[in-house]
Amino acid sequence: MKCTRCHARAEVHIRHHNSAFCRGCYGTYFQRQVERAIHKEHMFTPDEDVLVAVSGGKDSLALWDALVTMGYRTTGLHLALGIGDYSAISTRKTEHFARERGLRLLTVPLEDETPGLGIMRVAGATNRKACAACGTVKRHYFDRIAAEQGFQVVATGHNLDDEAARLLGNVLHWQSDHLAKQSPVLVPTHEKFARKVKPFFRISEYETAVYAFFRGIDYVLDECPNSAGATQLVYKDVLNRLEAAMPGTKLTFVQEFLRTGRPAFAGEASSPPQTCESCGMPSYNGTCGFCRLVAEVTRRRNPLPHAGPA
Amino acid sequence: MLITLLPQHQEIDLPGRQRVADVLRQLGLLPGTVMVIRGDELVTERDFLEADDRVEIRSVISGGS
Ligand SMILES: [Zn+2]
Ligand SMILES: [Zn+2]
Repeated sequence: MKCTRCHARAEVHIRHHNSAFCRGCYGTYFQRQVERAIHKEHMFTPDEDVLVAVSGGKDSLALWDALVTMGYRTTGLHLALGIGDYSAISTRKTEHFARERGLRLLTVPLEDETPGLGIMRVAGATNRKACAACGTVKRHYFDRIAAEQGFQVVATGHNLDDEAARLLGNVLHWQSDHLAKQSPVLVPTHEKFARKVKPFFRISEYETAVYAFFRGIDYVLDECPNSAGATQLVYKDVLNRLEAAMPGTKLTFVQEFLRTGRPAFAGEASSPPQTCESCGMPSYNGTCGFCRLVAEVTRRRNPLPHAGPA
Repeated sequence: MLITLLPQHQEIDLPGRQRVADVLRQLGLLPGTVMVIRGDELVTERDFLEADDRVEIRSVISGGS
């Protein structure tokens, strides 16, 4: 195949855009896609400080690389999740990425924050599924560190496949409140919330992987051991089968949902959060999900002395 | 051709010269879910792999987020 732009040998074929690219032209194409999303969806400007959530996987490191290359002001935020070797490798690769490029990275080791908060131990000590606990903890720290350090914007590496899989799940269960909130830009509904943006929401997983490969990014190849059999992977597989038969299905699904579907659910959005009595972060109950998790972990570690006869 | 599947680290030997699209079909892999890497280059599904090529087929799908 030949590059659509310069007719050199193509290394990539993007079926849903009906184009092929050589390595050089692909970089230009990719950054234009990202720039267009940031600009068109009013995600952030070059004058804002962006906190980039980085896991060590291809998407978040590709996002950080692209934003830095495009001249945005960024700081990385990495949570050392405490999921065995997987987390150790993730942290090592993230720190190496930042060091090599001279970028500012904040690393939060969960086990240092609260002993027992590492995801494997949380899942073992409470009745929560590891992925649910992981989601709660991640959301809390992204919000809290953005608030504490004065970031207006938090960017994540969620890609088109993530968004399409999430949309499929929300549609299959008709979760109207989630559908109302599924968006590439979440405007803050609480003073301690930052704007949450997904510059890759129209860029497929294949495209972010290719970008990471071309840029020589050393990312974590292995999957989180907790994600085996995760529902999201089943949705992704179904969507990839549709995509193979009908290129463009995923993009249309997400894009048209945002254009015509989502407005229909606008009235279904839950009321804005209140403030957690314990940590001061946004909460939909008196105490936020994170503080309830920490309380449970702490109680299990330090059980109250048994009240025996005096 | 000698194929290494990642992240499984599985090795597969396939005979003869074949088009990438046909190799993927035999392995039950959908286009757009893997990168096919030969040396330090990517090859598209329309390219051919030679009998003596060594390639890495790397999944691009990540789960959970
Ligand atoms: Zn070109
Ligand atoms: Zn709280």
